[in-house]
Amino acid sequence: MKTFDLAAQGLRALNSTLHGLRGQTNQTVWEVVNPKGAHSIAVGVDAPIDLTVHGSTGYYCAGMNKLATVRIKGSAGPGVAENMMSGTVIIDGDASQYAGATGNGGLLVIKGNASSRCGISMKGIEIVVHGNIGHMSAFMAQSGAMVVLGDAGEAMGDSLYEARLYVRGSVKSLGADCVEKEMRPEHLAQVADLLNRGEAEHLAKPSEFKRYGSARKLYTFNIDNAASY
Amino acid sequence: MCGIVGLFLKDPALEPQLGALLTDMLITMTDRGPDSAGIAIYGRPNAGQAKLTVQSATPDRDFPTLAADLGHALSAIVSSEIKDTHIVLELPSALLDAARQTLRTLRPDARVMSAGEGIEIYKEVGLPREVAARFDLARMSGTHGIGHTRMATESAVTTMGAHPFSTGPDQCLVHNGSLSNHNSVRRKLKQAGMTFETENDTEVAAAFISHKLHEGAALGAAMEATLTDLDGFFTFVVGTKNGFGVVRDPIACKPAVMAETDQYVAFGSEYRAMVSLPGIDTARVWEPEPATVYFWER
Repeated sequence: MKTFDLAAQGLRALNSTLHGLRGQTNQTVWEVVNPKGAHSIAVGVDAPIDLTVHGSTGYYCAGMNKLATVRIKGSAGPGVAENMMSGTVIIDGDASQYAGATGNGGLLVIKGNASSRCGISMKGIEIVVHGNIGHMSAFMAQSGAMVVLGDAGEAMGDSLYEARLYVRGSVKSLGADCVEKEMRPEHLAQVADLLNRGEAEHLAKPSEFKRYGSARKLYTFNIDNAASY
Repeated sequence: MCGIVGLFLKDPALEPQLGALLTDMLITMTDRGPDSAGIAIYGRPNAGQAKLTVQSATPDRDFPTLAADLGHALSAIVSSEIKDTHIVLELPSALLDAARQTLRTLRPDARVMSAGEGIEIYKEVGLPREVAARFDLARMSGTHGIGHTRMATESAVTTMGAHPFSTGPDQCLVHNGSLSNHNSVRRKLKQAGMTFETENDTEVAAAFISHKLHEGAALGAAMEATLTDLDGFFTFVVGTKNGFGVVRDPIACKPAVMAETDQYVAFGSEYRAMVSLPGIDTARVWEPEPATVYFWER
């Protein structure tokens, strides 16, 4: 295992070292100590490494992640795993605004709560939140899935495209064009799979979730729906 | 973008370190606001005494005999401490309003930063580290304090445009964000008798809360009213003689993190502002909810 002291060695040294791992996998286990809420930790990693950050992170941790597994042993600041492409990001604590925003792929697990705009404009990422999500989450979410074991804030799924949203608790309000839909066997199977991979299988059962998705009245222009635009 | 820090001490043993802790937090927020910085610090009041913190662009001319001149005019004992461009005048509480009036005649160019029994405000243009050093903030003690690092959007980069803004006795407010209806709110507050020193949007928010408090509202209710009457983006942190409050607008895009231990309640625009606080690793850390008022009073 390779240990990197962020306070002593600096962010640029860390990220350029991690970027240099592209294509080689000899050094696969990394840990970062003394993150002290710094911004942009492990942004742009493109290698199948396992990196653990011991503490809380600032803006954009693990942004644009490809292949790597990034574990945050604390809470994450705004924009964690923003535009993630693949790999896994697991946060032991809470995540601030717009966690997983625009994510194309990979799995984001938040064991605490996520605040506002979680999964905004998600494009294929899978997100599992053990706690609650804040307002305007999954705004304009295009594809992928989000499983929330707790409650959702106001205007969930506003202007939603084809992402699937599963919430166990209450939803304060649904955004425009987001509606509750029936849970069919394939949805129960998807939730079971995500609970399993999201380290939450012991915390909830698939049957406890409701599914929310797009009513598809906003994004395909139809003259009959003009009043909704 | 701006940076906000705040610290409300529950444990009196930390009071001698308040200035040092806040200075560290303030400097960490330099990249959120490098153009000016300010701090409001609340000390334990001396019975019957009040403090007037005054700023001058020409302190060498305005300050050396100010305490004596004011004492002579008011027939009272006025003591003073000069810190760079600021002077803290201590005088009997009953004479605070008279002192403000007299100051306008004695030193027409000097500006009152704060007035009250506990509050002192220091603010200037410049990097937070330099501003903190000029006023030796790290050596100050107190019960609670609020700091701000500014990246200006709504008005000029000047001393008076820096935060905190104080618009009432022992009251102050700092702001991250921008208000869009500040002109109309300012007009209404002027009609109600409030006075303004700048064209700044944050001063309007400060005056709005001061006006509510003056009308008899409690701190929580006054802060709650900002959610209905002020339009725009804001995270506000408010200080009063006994307390410290936080409110974010309903959209809550301006960041805010809080931490609480048995010893203190802390606020930071980002978590990294709080990493040097004692016991932060075991503190309860959370983001204040949108459109929700939080306050602590002793």
